[in-house]
Amino acid sequence: MKDGARRNYGVLYAGPTALWFTLFFAAPLGIIVLYSFLKKGLYGGVEYVFSLEAYQALINPTFAAITIRTVITSFFATLITICIALPCGYFMAKSKNQTTLLLLVIIPFWTNFLIRVYAWIAILGNNGFLNEFLRKIGFVKDYMQFLYNQEAVILVLVYMYLPYAILPLFSTIDKFDFSLLEAARDLGATKLGAITKVMLPNIKAGIYAAVLFTFIPIFGAYAVPLLVGGKDSYMLGNVIADQLTKTRNWPLASAISMVITAVTTLGVLIMMFLNKRDANRAAEERRAFADAANASLGGDASLGGDASIGSDVSMGDNKS
Amino acid sequence: MKGSDVTIERVSKAFGEFKALKDVGLEIKKGEFFSLLGPSGCGKTTLLRIIAGFETPDDGVVMIDGTDVLPLPPDKRHSNTVFQNYALFPHLSVYENVAFPLRIKKLPNAEIKKRVTEYLKLVELEGHAGKKPSQLSGGQKQRVAIARALINEPSVLLLDEPLSALDAKLRQHMLIELDRIHDKIGITFIYVTHDQQEALSVSDRIAVMCQGDVLQVGTPHEIYESPATDFVARFIGETNLFDATVLNAEKIKEGPSGETVLMVELDIAELGRVKVTTVDDMKSGQKVCFTIRPEKIAISTEKPSTKRSDINFLEGAVDEPIYSGFQTKFYVRISDDAVFKVIKQHANYSDEGPDIVWKDKVYISWSADDGYIVETRKS
Repeated sequence: MKDGARRNYGVLYAGPTALWFTLFFAAPLGIIVLYSFLKKGLYGGVEYVFSLEAYQALINPTFAAITIRTVITSFFATLITICIALPCGYFMAKSKNQTTLLLLVIIPFWTNFLIRVYAWIAILGNNGFLNEFLRKIGFVKDYMQFLYNQEAVILVLVYMYLPYAILPLFSTIDKFDFSLLEAARDLGATKLGAITKVMLPNIKAGIYAAVLFTFIPIFGAYAVPLLVGGKDSYMLGNVIADQLTKTRNWPLASAISMVITAVTTLGVLIMMFLNKRDANRAAEERRAFADAANASLGGDASLGGDASIGSDVSMGDNKS
Repeated sequence: MKGSDVTIERVSKAFGEFKALKDVGLEIKKGEFFSLLGPSGCGKTTLLRIIAGFETPDDGVVMIDGTDVLPLPPDKRHSNTVFQNYALFPHLSVYENVAFPLRIKKLPNAEIKKRVTEYLKLVELEGHAGKKPSQLSGGQKQRVAIARALINEPSVLLLDEPLSALDAKLRQHMLIELDRIHDKIGITFIYVTHDQQEALSVSDRIAVMCQGDVLQVGTPHEIYESPATDFVARFIGETNLFDATVLNAEKIKEGPSGETVLMVELDIAELGRVKVTTVDDMKSGQKVCFTIRPEKIAISTEKPSTKRSDINFLEGAVDEPIYSGFQTKFYVRISDDAVFKVIKQHANYSDEGPDIVWKDKVYISWSADDGYIVETRKS
């Protein structure tokens, strides 16, 4: 009876969250799914007639090229972000001024996203700070073209999403027991070996989180490629915007959104799968050892082993 | 002997203003169970970390079998460490933890399996190979750490307070276990601890350290029975310590190795005159420190009737008796400033006579041979 009452309360407690998710997450997603299967309205909007036109329109070389480019751009931007964030997180975790460094990582969030993109235009522009500096030291006569290409997009994307990678990495590395690195060195591992064989496996969860936190927003990036990219660095986000505002093809825009959702969901699923695989492997290993022990030692021998340390097993368990 | 000898010469290390080690020198012999004993902050762990290669000394030499190892990184030294917090790799099973050094060496799987099984057997953990460290008790984790440190067949095993995280009973058990493993493997053990009982019970020799200095090196017996300084006397076991002035010293006999044994009469402000034998040279008027262990003192309610001239008597009152089963510890007040600790073993009940209780008037006595004159360290 008591249990039943408790269960009812549980539903009650979950209610607000459920409502929140329905209103702000499931409903918009549902609308996008719905629109993607409708006919496009003449002046924007949709006609409520079922149609697969939007998805058929996706099957063309231009769209495929942009999708591939988006995947490649996101891949490299994420990779570079993680490569920078890992050492950053490491040194933050080891530093004595953690609070200050954390503050420095968070400070960019105090400024508007677009302003920060424009700051990069001010730095990289043909008359920007960087070119001015290069002219002053006589490295270039006129200017170097930094903006409006793929590299600029990746650079600014890395800058934008670096904190999202640093924070989860920092928090896992901070919990990492650095004496394990000493133990690994002591047991014969080189500096690099200690990091790859002991540190990386132990901060895997943080790496997965950092990859997701950067890859997902980067894959849907819109403002960065629009402002610092050229025509050849258009990403899926830009195509959606164009379809919504210029071509006014809402079903197509929705269908492309579905592609982004599908790819990012796939990313999450892969990460979940990796996590689960690790857990399964460990369980399997454990089972294999237990079987082997039973088979080779027989009940007798294993009993002997257990009995001799029985006292400390129970003691340790009580303590913990 | 499979072990190595370890020579430490003039090793100094400072962390900023703090001098962790001051000009330390030690000779550790092949196959020895050698303990570095001292209170926290005495530099013992720093010295161990220097031998392991985790710290570089500011000055000095560390040699293993005559080779200077200081230029070598930890992974190139033939020493392995058992860490205080075990430092087991949480992502690996017990088996893989122990196999780690062999995997680094890229040995074939069959060979790895043979050796890991052998070492897990040595620490009696055969049935736990597949478990993760988080599933083990403290004592089991410690065993894994020991197996992992030994599997590379190091010539020196460094143990950094390996038992400090275990409870008292388990610590005793593991200590015996360590001793057994040492006897079986025969390599050099360098054991860091702040627990004098641990050090006394397993070590071949002990170095007592304090504030970055080695105060005394000797067998457990030497350290306990003839402490070199007042610090050692106080740190190793319980003792009664008093400042004293030498009144007179007279030669009474030749010691077993030909040294001169002196009977010294001391003046101790709180106690009066006390007799003690020593082999050190004493001049009258010299300021020294006198110590006598609580268990060397006899306690009785009646005045002992001995005619021996080398027995010291004092009269006092029991401030507090502390009964702990196999023994009773008495705090005996001699004067306003002097309280003696006296331990009476309950070896044989019939000998005991009437119980000595609180506020009883008692006599305490000890032989001049049991007292010691120790050096006073100015720190």
